[in-house]
Amino acid sequence: MSAVLSPVDAPPARELTGAATAARNRRIKVWSIRVVLVAAWLGSWELAATYWIDPFFYSKPSQVWSKLVDWFTVGTSQGSIWTNIAATMQEAVLGFVLGALAGIVLGVLLGRSPLLSDICAPFIKALNAVPRIVLASLFVIWFGLGMQSKIATAFILVFFSVFFNAFQGAREVDRNLINNARVLGASKLQVLTTIVLPSATSWILASLHSAFGFALIGAVVGEVVGAETGLGLLISRSQGNFDTPGIYAGMIVITVLALLAEAILTALEKRLLKWRPTAAHEQGAQL
Amino acid sequence: MTTGPVIELRAATKRFRGATGGVHTAVRELTMSVQPGEFVAVVGPTGCGKSTTLSLVSGLEPPSSGVALVRGEPVLGIPDGIGYMFQNDAVQPWRSVLDNVAAGPRYRGMTKAKAREKARAWVDKVGLGTFAGYYPHQLSGGMRKRVALAATLVNEPSILLMDEPFSALDVQTRALMQDELLRLWSGSNADGSTLDPASRSSVIFVTHDLDEAIALADKVIVMTASPATIKASFEVDLPRPRLVEEIRMTPEFQLMYRQIWESLREEVDKARERSVVAG
Ligand SMILES: Nc1ncnc2c1ncn2[C@@H]1O[C@H](COP(=O)(O)OP(=O)(O)OP(=O)(O)O)[C@@H](O)[C@H]1O
Ligand SMILES: [Mg+2]
Repeated sequence: MSAVLSPVDAPPARELTGAATAARNRRIKVWSIRVVLVAAWLGSWELAATYWIDPFFYSKPSQVWSKLVDWFTVGTSQGSIWTNIAATMQEAVLGFVLGALAGIVLGVLLGRSPLLSDICAPFIKALNAVPRIVLASLFVIWFGLGMQSKIATAFILVFFSVFFNAFQGAREVDRNLINNARVLGASKLQVLTTIVLPSATSWILASLHSAFGFALIGAVVGEVVGAETGLGLLISRSQGNFDTPGIYAGMIVITVLALLAEAILTALEKRLLKWRPTAAHEQGAQL
Repeated sequence: MTTGPVIELRAATKRFRGATGGVHTAVRELTMSVQPGEFVAVVGPTGCGKSTTLSLVSGLEPPSSGVALVRGEPVLGIPDGIGYMFQNDAVQPWRSVLDNVAAGPRYRGMTKAKAREKARAWVDKVGLGTFAGYYPHQLSGGMRKRVALAATLVNEPSILLMDEPFSALDVQTRALMQDELLRLWSGSNADGSTLDPASRSSVIFVTHDLDEAIALADKVIVMTASPATIKASFEVDLPRPRLVEEIRMTPEFQLMYRQIWESLREEVDKARERSVVAG
């Protein structure tokens, strides 16, 4: 932000450093409270599992930790942890990319065509009402235990979350901007790519955040339902063996993957939406 | 070359579906024409249908009955060579000032580098040279108006439709922009040479400001209260080139002003009475 201010209208240096110090102090405070909260939670869990509750059912942080260490050093019952992560990520990423593309294309198309959206509205509402997770079972029958069934589950979950946002975003484009572009000489395609898509971008990006989470859920649920490899398979094997730490460990690995993807998407969003007032996405980033 | 009017509306009527399901007539049986190179200002009470009239000429809205002609051809779609500066500034928030101004040439197939070079000159002309890299949310309302003006003029339109282009500007900037517009329109260059009047662009300039209308135009059209039709048309015989701040001090200007204001006031009163009754 400050890069675009010319030296003349930049605020005085003292004011800037004061604001920076205040912001840093606040960050330190927020982070220390976070660390304390996590430590308190893990500590009380560890204590409770050691003295009161049955660690066989509830496990405890130290067991989960050693499970994780075990997985990453020795390997899992289903082979190397990295192979499993790679399989799950591959399914999630493919489902995400395909689902997001299909969602954006169909969403924008229907959003710009009242006739099409009128025709399709009831079907889409009905499809959206179907409990989509259940489809995972169907996909295993259709596509087998391999990757396709997981990609299909991830695809369906991602598609709907992106589709509705793209649809809404394409519908809410300022008419004035479209008319202006047309008068300036834009063709239909140019209106679509230079006006409709950019103005729907903030809607679409907002949905992509949750969509990658959905892609992971889709891949993992697909693997739990039936698979030959992957994190979901690890979790369902752990469940079968009453290996509670294994379930937690699987959850943690998936969470870390989701957070990494989230960070990448946030960086992408910042790049694509650099034209927006900063306050809006700074607030978004803080949440 | 065509010798007839560049823009012609013949008994053009535009109806909209009203909010409550009724039919609202925005423009009724409107007949007017603009000659090549003519600068026409349109004044009328608020809500009477001035913007609607421009949308008929631009081809963005078809007339409900009657015809709109541009260069003698019925308007189907957007006619060639038209520039339209909307009442609400239509700048693209995701493009910088420079790229907003370069949008028109880009749409018309110019390469990015050439379009930017052309845009650059116009950004400078409207006094935004140091803001070329800014995004619209970093600009003031008046600056955004100037971006819109540059984005319209960069296409070098032969027909220019302007809907209250300067209403968001402060008095000084407005006078500056009015002079600048006249200078660009009359094609006078730094060396003092001017374009032959017939090769100037034809302008329809909508405004609320009667001062502005008289200072700029060859002809001032007064519209009736809603639904809009032509109430009266006044030829402005003030000499050109004009400087708006100077010309409004002359007795001829004052006389014109009183004449037109008489005509306009009746309609403004009518519109106000109606809104009081309706409200
Ligand atoms: N798209 C539309 N749908 C329905 N009604 C419309 C539409 N556009 C304009 N109108 C109506 O037509 C009438 C004239 O509108 P218009 O915008 O042409 O007025 P105007 O003379 O430009 O007013 P102002 O000076 O305030 O800009 C108004 O009563 C408005 O409600
Ligand atoms: Mg208007």
